[in-house]
Amino acid sequence: MKDRLSAFYWLNENKFAQASSEAITNQRRIAIEKFEEEGFPIQKNEEWKYTSLKKLFKPDYSFPSPFASIDQKEHIDFQDIEEFLVNDIDCYRVVFINGRYSSWLSETTHSNYDICTLGSAWKKYPEVLESHFNNLTKKDGPMVQLNTALAWDGLYVNVPKNIIVDKPIQVLYFSTGSSPIFNQTRSLILLDDGASAEIIERHHSLSQTETWTNAVDEVKIGCNAKIHWVKLQHDSEKSALTQHSKINQEKDSRAIVHTISTGGKFLRNNLDFLLRGSGAEARMFGLSLGSDKQLIDHHTRVDHLAPNCISHEAYKGIFDDNSHGVFNGKIFVHLDAQKTQAYQQNNNLVLSENATIDTKPQLEIFADDVKCSHGCTIGQLDEDALFYLRARGIPIKEAKALLMLAFANDAIADIQHPSLRAKLSELIGLNLGVDMSSAF
Amino acid sequence: MLEIIDLQASIDNKVILNGINLKVNLGEVHAIMGPNGSGKSTLSNVIAGHDGYDIISGDICFAGESVLDLPPEKRAHLGLFLSFQYPVEIPGVTVSNFIRTALNEIRNAKGQEPLGAPEMLKSMREKMKILEMDKGFLSRSLNDGFSGGEKKRNEIFQMAMLEPKMAILDETDSGLDIDALRIVANGVNSLRSKDNTFVVITHYQRLLDYIVPDFVHVLFNGKIVKSGDKELAIELENRGYDWIKKEQQ
Repeated sequence: MKDRLSAFYWLNENKFAQASSEAITNQRRIAIEKFEEEGFPIQKNEEWKYTSLKKLFKPDYSFPSPFASIDQKEHIDFQDIEEFLVNDIDCYRVVFINGRYSSWLSETTHSNYDICTLGSAWKKYPEVLESHFNNLTKKDGPMVQLNTALAWDGLYVNVPKNIIVDKPIQVLYFSTGSSPIFNQTRSLILLDDGASAEIIERHHSLSQTETWTNAVDEVKIGCNAKIHWVKLQHDSEKSALTQHSKINQEKDSRAIVHTISTGGKFLRNNLDFLLRGSGAEARMFGLSLGSDKQLIDHHTRVDHLAPNCISHEAYKGIFDDNSHGVFNGKIFVHLDAQKTQAYQQNNNLVLSENATIDTKPQLEIFADDVKCSHGCTIGQLDEDALFYLRARGIPIKEAKALLMLAFANDAIADIQHPSLRAKLSELIGLNLGVDMSSAF
Repeated sequence: MLEIIDLQASIDNKVILNGINLKVNLGEVHAIMGPNGSGKSTLSNVIAGHDGYDIISGDICFAGESVLDLPPEKRAHLGLFLSFQYPVEIPGVTVSNFIRTALNEIRNAKGQEPLGAPEMLKSMREKMKILEMDKGFLSRSLNDGFSGGEKKRNEIFQMAMLEPKMAILDETDSGLDIDALRIVANGVNSLRSKDNTFVVITHYQRLLDYIVPDFVHVLFNGKIVKSGDKELAIELENRGYDWIKKEQQ
């Protein structure tokens, strides 16, 4: 697989070079060389200790070429994707099929800000790309390097100073086709000082066969800028996602990220925050509902690099059947980051004897005047609470679902849009096998 | 309505109920009193269907059928209600949604259509008025951060909404100040009718000043050792339980 990917790069390097600037091509080349040297991460690597990529290597993936147009077999219509959208909210919509932009399914804009696709930005905004692409990800691991080398398209957002994007941006990445596919998607999100945007993201496979998407996101938000990013990970049962999102925050900026992981065979999330300016605040929430043989892995990292920053992290997990959860949350409070407030919590319910959870909160503090707390719990549903609900006439299945919902609640409490909440409750209900639409 | 026949139950091989016999007819209010550890809460849990107890022998019949094999929700569907001594806190589920879910499950089990939101809200408002509850109560998380008095009032509120045929009030008076006690008792009294029954479990006679029972039973060592009318409660209040214990020895 490694060799095939490498060959794919060298075969296509000319095309990459023609379609973007030399500086970018150099970055790609350095990245593929790093990937060739390191190969896919193995479990000896501390970062991948609990999660093995091995089982993802079995299918004979093809790698969609970014330069071929979407062919007939891959074509999808609006009605095919409607159920994956959060409707009722007026949104910008950016849709990709097998890693390539689909203009007929999208609604983009260039009026006050750019909400479009990276694939078109290479030529249109070469200077912006040269100064920001791969800026945050140079030193990251092989999955990121692979993406840097091969990824071509994904969401591109650039919002100038003090502009608020008037409606949420829905970005949807679909996989289609009858043979296994390995996709690379890449997004770049730039919010200048005082700008604000909201993003709802979803990766989904419409294919009956195995798909693997390796996604990388670079997000830079300026002073006082705000971003709210909701990731809905409710993919089909044969799909895998490895995603590394990095958010760089300047002074007094605020980022909120919700990761709702309810579906997909294999989910590996890396979410990193770099708090560079004082007063920056990062809030991250996760909800994982694992069943069957699902793997849901969250690796988060917050680097407190400046004083007076706040990070708040609350991840909840419910694991049933043979599912496996991983949580590794790192907080680094660097020497200059005095008056840091860092809070990290990971709570899990394990519902079956064969479900497992590996949780590892990590805190490293080099400053001396900070307020930090972290903790994790693993438990079962409260029998007394279950009896209480059943004694009120609520059947056991619904009673369990209600308790799980209550457990999960603070992971989604900050999501404001009623229709997005409704979508979430629908997804959670689906996962728990009950109609929970009235419980919210 | 309820008939308990020679009921013996244990937990972790320790016998708690040691041959209970009790018959409660429609329209009656029974009080069960007894010292700590006599088995009062076990009795109410076993009637409601808690699966943490082993039933050694005997039977519990409700509305003419044995309910021993029924899970708690099925018993609730038949019209049984337990007001908990320690209501469970469930953050994230609002009082109104909880009651709506419970009521519609019960209606569904009876083959009735679910009650619509406006009708439900109207009914909730009426019942809240009787219990002198604030409107904001409905949108609070179930029992989460409630004071002792609010929790008990919430139990009676749920009872008022679910309109059971039989309600067991397990130490509903504990943790209540005198005003809250009066409000809760008024709530119970307003629901009393010839079509339902109440079993009031308490340590103290005080509650029975407000909810006047037709029968009073004394539970001791897992057995009903004495039954009488409301005068028995007054006698217990004056003399304590020691004389009962002595009588038993």
